[in-house]
Amino acid sequence: MPQAVDRPQALELLRQMLRIRRFEEKCVELYSLGKIRGFLHLYIGEEAVAAGVIPLLAHEDAVVATYREHGHALVRGTPMRALMAELYGKATGCARGRGGSMHFFDASRRFYGGLAIVAGGLPIAVGLALADKLQGRNRVTACFFGDGAVAEGEFHECLNLAALWALPVLFLCENNLYAMGTALSRHQSETDIARKARTYGMTTQAVDGMDVLAVRDAAHSAVESVRGGHGPYFLELKTYRFRPHSMYDPELYRQKDEVEQWKQRDPIVLFEEMMREWKALCEGDLAEAEAHIAAEIEDAVAFAEASDWEPVEDLTKDVYTQAGG
Amino acid sequence: MKKITYREAVREGLRQALRSDPRVFVMGEDVGKYGGTYGCTKGFLDEFGPERVRDTPLAESTFVGAGIGAALGGMRPIVEVMTVNFSLLALDQILNNAATIRHMSGGQFSIPLVVRMATGGGRQVAAQHSHSLEGWFAHIPGITVLTPATVADAKGMLLAALKQPDPVFIFEHAYLYPVEGELEEPAGEADIRRAAIRRIGSDVSIIMFGGSLWKALAAAEQLSADGIDVEVVDLRVLRPLDAATILASVAKTHRALIVDEAWRTGSFAAEISAQIMEGAFYELDGPVGRLCSVEVPLPYPKHLEDAALPSAERIVQAVRSLMPGERPRP
Repeated sequence: MPQAVDRPQALELLRQMLRIRRFEEKCVELYSLGKIRGFLHLYIGEEAVAAGVIPLLAHEDAVVATYREHGHALVRGTPMRALMAELYGKATGCARGRGGSMHFFDASRRFYGGLAIVAGGLPIAVGLALADKLQGRNRVTACFFGDGAVAEGEFHECLNLAALWALPVLFLCENNLYAMGTALSRHQSETDIARKARTYGMTTQAVDGMDVLAVRDAAHSAVESVRGGHGPYFLELKTYRFRPHSMYDPELYRQKDEVEQWKQRDPIVLFEEMMREWKALCEGDLAEAEAHIAAEIEDAVAFAEASDWEPVEDLTKDVYTQAGG
Repeated sequence: MKKITYREAVREGLRQALRSDPRVFVMGEDVGKYGGTYGCTKGFLDEFGPERVRDTPLAESTFVGAGIGAALGGMRPIVEVMTVNFSLLALDQILNNAATIRHMSGGQFSIPLVVRMATGGGRQVAAQHSHSLEGWFAHIPGITVLTPATVADAKGMLLAALKQPDPVFIFEHAYLYPVEGELEEPAGEADIRRAAIRRIGSDVSIIMFGGSLWKALAAAEQLSADGIDVEVVDLRVLRPLDAATILASVAKTHRALIVDEAWRTGSFAAEISAQIMEGAFYELDGPVGRLCSVEVPLPYPKHLEDAALPSAERIVQAVRSLMPGERPRP
C-alpha cells in the first residue's frame, strides 16, 4: 500500500468511481427509453478527477462545476435519489427538476451548479472566494472546468483576478483533450494549459487524471495550499472522456483507436489493478461494492419514477424571491 | 431640502450603504484611485479602504460574475460597470447566471447584487459610448431594472436596491450627473415598484424614463403655453413595469406619446405601446405615438447627434401631431 491511503480509503475511492460509472451507464439506458431528455454529457472515463478531489474538500467549502457534473455532485454527497429525480425533471430533483442534467444545485452542500456556459462558472468561483476573503472565512472554492474553457476570455480574466487578489480558489481544469469536437491542438497555440496558468503567478501542477491516487495527492497539496492562505492554485488533470460529448455526438473528430488506447487507462481498471498489486482488494470486495451501487441506483430510479412533477402553477415561482417564493 | 447634483446624490447613497452595512463593497473599473469615471466614488478609497473599494482589471464579464459569486457568498456587492456600452462584455454573466440561478436552482440561491452603469447619448462621444440599452435588460425576467431620473431616485433607488434579494440593475443617464435637484433630508429609500407622475395633465400622457425626463418637462411647459395640458409619466422602473400607472394616465388623457432614447425597432417604447393597446385600447382617442432615436449608430458631430436623439422640441412636435386636427406622423 502506498502511504497516502489505507485500505478503507482505497476502497472508498474505487467505490465512488464505480458509483459514477454505473450511475451514468444507467443514465444512457434511461435516455434511450426517453426517461431522460435534453442534453446528457457523460463523465465516463473522467471519474478519477471528481473521486480524487472532492472528498478532500470540507463541508463548508464550495464547488462550482460544469454541465458534465454528475460525478461531482455524487461524490459531494447529494443523494443519488435527488440527482436521478433531477434528470427525470421531477419536483424532488436537486433543482426541483428545473435544470436537468446540466444544472445540478445543492445549497446544503455548497454546490453552485451545474453551469452550462463554458467558463461561465469561473467568475462565480472568484466571487465566492472573494466573499470568503472579505468575511475572514477560511474556505476553499473548488472550480471545475474543461480544456474548452481555456479559450474563453473569462479563463484568463479569472486566473488573473484570483491571483491578483490572492483569492482562495482551487482551479481544476479537466483536460479531456476536446472542446466538444475540437482537439486542444486545433484551438490553442500553446497546448500546455498548466504553463498558461503559471504565467498568472499561481502554483500550478499537471497530473495524470486517470490515476486517482495521483489526483488525490495533487489535490491534497492544492487544497492545503489554498486553505493555508497562499492564494489560488491551478491543477490540470489530464483525462479523457470515453463517451461522445453528448448523446447527439457522432464522434467524427476522433479515431476509434485513440478512444481504445485511452480505455486501456480506464481509471477504474487501473486502480483495481493497483489495489490487487497491494493485496488491498479482497475476494468479494468488488461484488459487494457493485451490489450496493446497483441497489442505490435501483432505489434512485424507483424514487424518480414515483416522484411528482412540479405543478404548472409553480412555473414562475422563484424567478424573483417575493413572487410566490 | 438641499440642492445637490445627481452625481452627489449617487455618491451619498453609496457612502450611506458602505457606512451602514459591512457586507456592502464597491467594485469596478477605476472606482478607487480614480474616484469613479463619473466621480461617484470620489474619496471612497481613503474612507473605506481597498478591501471595500476595489479597482478591477478591465474584465467586465469577470467582475460582474465575481459580483454574482460574492452575492451568493453572503456579501452585498455594488458593481459599477463604467457604462452600458461595456456591459455587453458581461451579458453572459447577467443573463445566464444572475437572472437564471435562483429559478434554475429551484429557489435555493439568491443573488442580492446591485449593478450600476451610466447610459445614454447626447455628449458627443460617438457610437460606441452612447448606447441606450435599458430596454434589452428589461427584457430579462429575474432582474430588476431601475432608471432614476431625479436626485431623490438616484440616491433612494440605490438604497432600496440593496434591500432586494435579487439582482438589480441601475441605469444612470450620463447626461444627468451634473444636473442639480432638490433632495429632502434625510433622504431614505425610494419606492422601486411604481412609476411616478412628474407633472399632472389632462390632454396627453408623455411616458418616458431616465434621461428623457427633463426634455419631457420642458416640452410640457412649451405645450402648456399652447393650451395643451401634458401629463408626464416617469416609468422609473422598467422591470417589473408599473402598467397600472400608465393605463390610469392614458385612461385620463386618452392620448399617449412614448419617449425612448433607444432605437425604435424592438424598443421598450414598443412594449409600452403594446401594453396600452392591451390594457387601454378603448380609452384611446388616437394612435399611440413613439419618439425614439433615429436608427443610426450615434454620430460624433453635435448637429448629427442632435438630429438623431429625442429633444424637447421634437417631443413638442410629436405631441402636437397626436392632438385633434393633426394627422399622425408616420
